[in-house]
Amino acid sequence: MSENIIKITGVKKYFGGVKALDGVDLVVKKGEVHCLAGENGCGKSTIINVISGFYAPDAGTVEIDGKVYPKLTTQAAIDAGVQVIYQDLSVFPNLTVRENLALTMEVADGKKFVSKKRFNEIALQALSKIDFKVDLDEMVENLTVADKQLIAISRALLNNAKLIIMDEPTTAITQKEVKNLFGVIRDLQKQGIAVLFVSHKLDEVFEIAEHFTIFRSGKNVFSGKTEELDEKKFTYYMTGREIQEEPFSYAAKSGAKTVLEVKNLSLANGFADCSFSLKEGEILGITGLLGSGRTELAETIFGYHQAQSGEILIDGKKVEIKSVKDGIKNGIGYVPPERNVQGLFMEQSIADNISITRWKDHSNGLGFINEASIDDSVASWVKELSIKINDPADNMRTLSGGNAQKCVLAKWLSLENLKVLILNGPTVGVDIGAKYDIYKLTKRLAADGLAVIIISDDIREVLSNCNRVLVMRQGRLVEERMTSELDEASLSALSVEY
Amino acid sequence: MNLKKITKKTEFYIAVIILVFCILVQLRSGQFFTNNNIVDLLRSMTIPMMFCVGEMMVLISGGVDCSFPAIASLSMYFVCTRMDGMFGNPLPYFLVAILLGLMMGALNGFIVAKFKFPAMIVTLGTSSLFLGIMQGILGSSEYPLTSALNALGTTKILTATNAQSGLTSELPIHFVFMVILIVATWFLMNKTMLGRAIYAVGGDEVAAARAGFNVFGTRMFIFCLSGALAGFIGVCRASMLLTVSPNNMIGMEMDVIAACVLGGVSLVGGRGGIIGAVLGTALMTIVSNSLILLGVSTQWSRVFTGVIIIVGTAVSAIQEQRRKKKLFVTVSAKPEV
Repeated sequence: MSENIIKITGVKKYFGGVKALDGVDLVVKKGEVHCLAGENGCGKSTIINVISGFYAPDAGTVEIDGKVYPKLTTQAAIDAGVQVIYQDLSVFPNLTVRENLALTMEVADGKKFVSKKRFNEIALQALSKIDFKVDLDEMVENLTVADKQLIAISRALLNNAKLIIMDEPTTAITQKEVKNLFGVIRDLQKQGIAVLFVSHKLDEVFEIAEHFTIFRSGKNVFSGKTEELDEKKFTYYMTGREIQEEPFSYAAKSGAKTVLEVKNLSLANGFADCSFSLKEGEILGITGLLGSGRTELAETIFGYHQAQSGEILIDGKKVEIKSVKDGIKNGIGYVPPERNVQGLFMEQSIADNISITRWKDHSNGLGFINEASIDDSVASWVKELSIKINDPADNMRTLSGGNAQKCVLAKWLSLENLKVLILNGPTVGVDIGAKYDIYKLTKRLAADGLAVIIISDDIREVLSNCNRVLVMRQGRLVEERMTSELDEASLSALSVEY
Repeated sequence: MNLKKITKKTEFYIAVIILVFCILVQLRSGQFFTNNNIVDLLRSMTIPMMFCVGEMMVLISGGVDCSFPAIASLSMYFVCTRMDGMFGNPLPYFLVAILLGLMMGALNGFIVAKFKFPAMIVTLGTSSLFLGIMQGILGSSEYPLTSALNALGTTKILTATNAQSGLTSELPIHFVFMVILIVATWFLMNKTMLGRAIYAVGGDEVAAARAGFNVFGTRMFIFCLSGALAGFIGVCRASMLLTVSPNNMIGMEMDVIAACVLGGVSLVGGRGGIIGAVLGTALMTIVSNSLILLGVSTQWSRVFTGVIIIVGTAVSAIQEQRRKKKLFVTVSAKPEV
């Protein structure tokens, strides 16, 4: 018996000429919570696929529970106790919770007929492993992402798992749900199950992981205990550069105009009686739990929902914002939380995505689009925001989260009359390096006079980027503070419901 | 399942629409709920219903089959013209047609599952291919029905005579085939792991593969089954009409797909079921057959079918949009101090 559940030595994996993994090592002890970190393209996903038997490595050895597997198949990996919870969770939205939990086992057992009784037994057994309560008859598509995740975890535990690999498990869930997930992980640990946690969210990984392995460009750059790391070192290892983060300082200029004013705005099942104002050059944070109405408020100002009562004033003048078109006309830009669905056309070109809000200006009287003028403007934005791309004609899907987010920003910044930019969860699923680029850019925009709203449940993000913060609870604005009076603990306490 | 959940289902709406429509026709004409009208309706929905059941399974698996009328026509035309008079029993005709249909379905399935081409384009292509073979090689003119199938076609399970008008309607044996097919499909889709695999593949192909389902095999099976069913239904159609007419099934694919969608079967896969498909077909048949009772010329039947399809699918599309834009924030009653 080995004390390691996984021992990977000198693994190399090439795709064509690209070295995805260039001789990496990874050791996970039994019952350990281990964090694998690294920026996009560092080889994290590749190593997961090697451990799960999906990719055969070009060199190096994979040892699971003391046994070397020269040719690891996916089935052999499962039999050895390796389970992967993919980022997309691999659940069936169109089937019930019961079926989602039981199907894998039933397929593996070669069952031919459906037995509700057997399905029930398996499902209950799975849920009991993490003490999770949910209606077995509910369709999985009606559940929250966090619940879907718990379904995926309990399903994985059915197969006598010894190692659970979680790929970016906290990207799409709220802080409260993260806490709950960590509870589940600690429980698993008590049962002797190791967890390999893949993430780049600083505060979270420091909280849960005992051991770290950091990859950069397919190579090991760090492996050691959590105590040996601090935030600065972590960021350095991830990005390979020193990053200095300056907190935002807002110097209220005399005579700074109030750009946006919201008076007693209400929307049924969204929020009620919200009032606030925003001056040029300010960065205003709005925080609160998921379901506090913060997104609904932003979407209403942008015009996606229509407020039932209340007023919105831009530059002191009352405006009617009844549609997204009205919002854009009044100089409001909105960077939505679900970038891939709400912010971008993933199958269209980068150039089209950036220029879409300005197509009218790029076209002549007959409505024909002037490609050359689009190319020029796209090129200047790519340079301005240092977006890493090969060709503006490439599909949006080819970009990483951080670069894609910069494209969403470029789309709004290219609007000449932009007055208020609302960023909702601006750095979700964004690499640490690109994250600081986005922060830097936001601060620069504010310094140039743009009014910015950042909606986020990342307390750190709000504190270091905003001069003022509003807290929402149950659809109402309940607190307004200067960030200079707050620290992480006090802001965090404000946003939790009593 | 509670009442609230049932009323949210597409099946419920379709059932209500059918009921309202039937009552309306009854009030207007007094002829709807007569024994011969009901038998007439059951008779005319037999063939579309069987096609619809096959198409429903393909749609749920995330595919679509536009070639079943071509498969049905070619299989039927081949057995009826090339095996004319060879057997005294209808069974061999059915078996050969099923086999031919299965082969054509397997071609569809192989191209779709192996190369991951879009099923609609593939089956439109093969549809043209199969019709071309029928017209080019076999010739396509009306042909008398072979005696064994003729005998089957004249086998009735029920004869209904309207006491008032003296009109008679007969229900052929094919109606029994339809009922068996519906029950068998319900069992396959709901009670077997293969049925669950079809739903799983239609819901999320990658997740299905990771769960250990054989995605390629499931897709192959579905298209083979659809082809085999088409072969069977083609022979049913000829023996019901008592003539071999090569072209009268062509164009049915759109109505059949529309009936499925009307009944809540999703065009992108994973959602829907046999009850919806049956109700969708029933509604389309009842509407187009009852216009005459409302005093509307049958010339107008396509217009009404079109309206029903658009209105029916719009209802579920609007529901879906509302669901997506719905807000769930619990706003506290009073502002906190």
